[in-house]
Amino acid sequence: MRAIIDYIKSIIEGIRTLLKGMSVTGYYITHPREIITQQYPENRETLEMFDRFRGEVVLTHTEANEHRCTGCSACELACPNGTIEIISKREEVDGKKKKVIDKFMYNLSMCTFCNLCILSCPTDAIVMSKDFEHAVFDRSLLTKVLNKPGSKLMEGVR
Amino acid sequence: MGEAVKTVTNTPFEEQEYFINMGPQHPSTHGVLRLVLTLEGETIRKVEPHLGYIHRSIEKMCEKDGYKQIVHLTDRMDYLSAHINNEAVCLAVEQGMEVEIPERVKVIRTIIAELTRLASHQLWWGVMGMDLGAITTFLYGFRDREMINDIFEETCGARLTMNYNVPGGLMFDIHPNFVQRTKDFIAHFKKKLPEYDELLSGNIIFRKRTEGVGVLSKEDAISFGVTGPAGRASGFSCDLRKHAPYSAYDKVQFKEVLGTEGDSYARYKVRIQEMWESMAVIEQLIDNIPEGDFQAKTKAVIKLPKGEFYQKVETARGELGVYIISEGDKSPYRMKFRSPGFSNLSALDHMARGAKIADVVTIMSTLDLVIPDIDR
Ligand code: SF4
Ligand code: SF4
Repeated sequence: MRAIIDYIKSIIEGIRTLLKGMSVTGYYITHPREIITQQYPENRETLEMFDRFRGEVVLTHTEANEHRCTGCSACELACPNGTIEIISKREEVDGKKKKVIDKFMYNLSMCTFCNLCILSCPTDAIVMSKDFEHAVFDRSLLTKVLNKPGSKLMEGVR
Repeated sequence: MGEAVKTVTNTPFEEQEYFINMGPQHPSTHGVLRLVLTLEGETIRKVEPHLGYIHRSIEKMCEKDGYKQIVHLTDRMDYLSAHINNEAVCLAVEQGMEVEIPERVKVIRTIIAELTRLASHQLWWGVMGMDLGAITTFLYGFRDREMINDIFEETCGARLTMNYNVPGGLMFDIHPNFVQRTKDFIAHFKKKLPEYDELLSGNIIFRKRTEGVGVLSKEDAISFGVTGPAGRASGFSCDLRKHAPYSAYDKVQFKEVLGTEGDSYARYKVRIQEMWESMAVIEQLIDNIPEGDFQAKTKAVIKLPKGEFYQKVETARGELGVYIISEGDKSPYRMKFRSPGFSNLSALDHMARGAKIADVVTIMSTLDLVIPDIDR
């Protein structure tokens, strides 16, 4: 007899614990305001990442198509995995031969977004952009030349 | 030639026993862990973990990297304790650099470490429920974890692999919103944590599947080197925040949560309780962040003197040891990590013997294994 009562008790107790858990989910069904799901990608226009968000490395250009990169290769040395490659060339500036960047190669697929290159740059030429939608259909698209065609070093940056 | 003492047949398996592979692509192994289960009917006779599916030779890579570069590699070990791993490496390197670390750095590191621990435990709680068949918990765990991720994203720049520490301090100062956001989170989570108990802790199905499953005695926990919440659930007092305080842990009051039973439910309880303690630590520090620099002055290229440096910290999973042998160069001669996951996994065979297949999932889940931490 005792055993049967205990058995029935345990069933009732079990159902009680299940209902207790369900009451929590029930609360959220009736309080849709507390649901925090974001509708991505529908909210693309309004979605704003934080300022420090590390999306990808970009070389900032002014409107006059000038950048601040002197080609010192400090970022290339700071990078732990060879993501950045600075290809420089010699150019005649004011009668003197000077080293300027030819191509700033950046291989996004290898980047670990560690921010060390940004910290190492003495002229603050590179920054992290907030763009995070990196998916492409071909891997080769991820190797980028960051300096825009025809761009040159900003006056006064050395 | 004498007689053989005992005659045994040289067969790998007893009669009636068979084995199945669990993983490396099994959803409940949380990554690429392969377990070879030797079964008799549905009862586990032996569990043999096979590693190497996600081995990236982080220790070897460290030998070629500079000390500043090593830090970000440790993000990828136990990615749920990324900040704490970074901190461990930085503390070890700082031992060799002999720099004075500003108080501000110590306090901020401690706050973010505790936030990391909270985020890790929240994710574990959600996944644990899901492993046992309750998808609801996953959504609730992630809801609260999202707030912490926002804090990280705003201050550190990334959500998971933060790389916020550099040898000598922090990468940037905290964001102006950091303190307010953290306070908001604590206020929010204090209301939501009891929900965890209501949803799962009392649930009869959950209790039946965890109580008495995968019992680990205190002696076994010590001899297997099981640390972290899993070790403490067996009564093994192993919280390094108490026993070998680093950063700002010597300034805060908190309880080391200890269990007694050593079963899956005890491990569950310890983690839930630890979340309360972590919140207590953060509350004590968040209003008292000292003014000062966020970085000590260091050289551009860090060189450690010849010698050996060891630092252990408490991650969300247990004791992480960082061991550096330096020959005086700008990268270590040898780097070794003592990862909590590896030692905790070693006890799995012992705990699972005699249990059923479904219990292996429970035991793995309550050990809170992160496979990249085991493999490195
Ligand atoms: S973020 Fe890190 S991995 Fe990426 S390019 Fe910069 S230094 Fe290299
Ligand atoms: S981006 Fe900065 S660090 Fe890199 S080469 Fe240009 S100036 Fe030097």
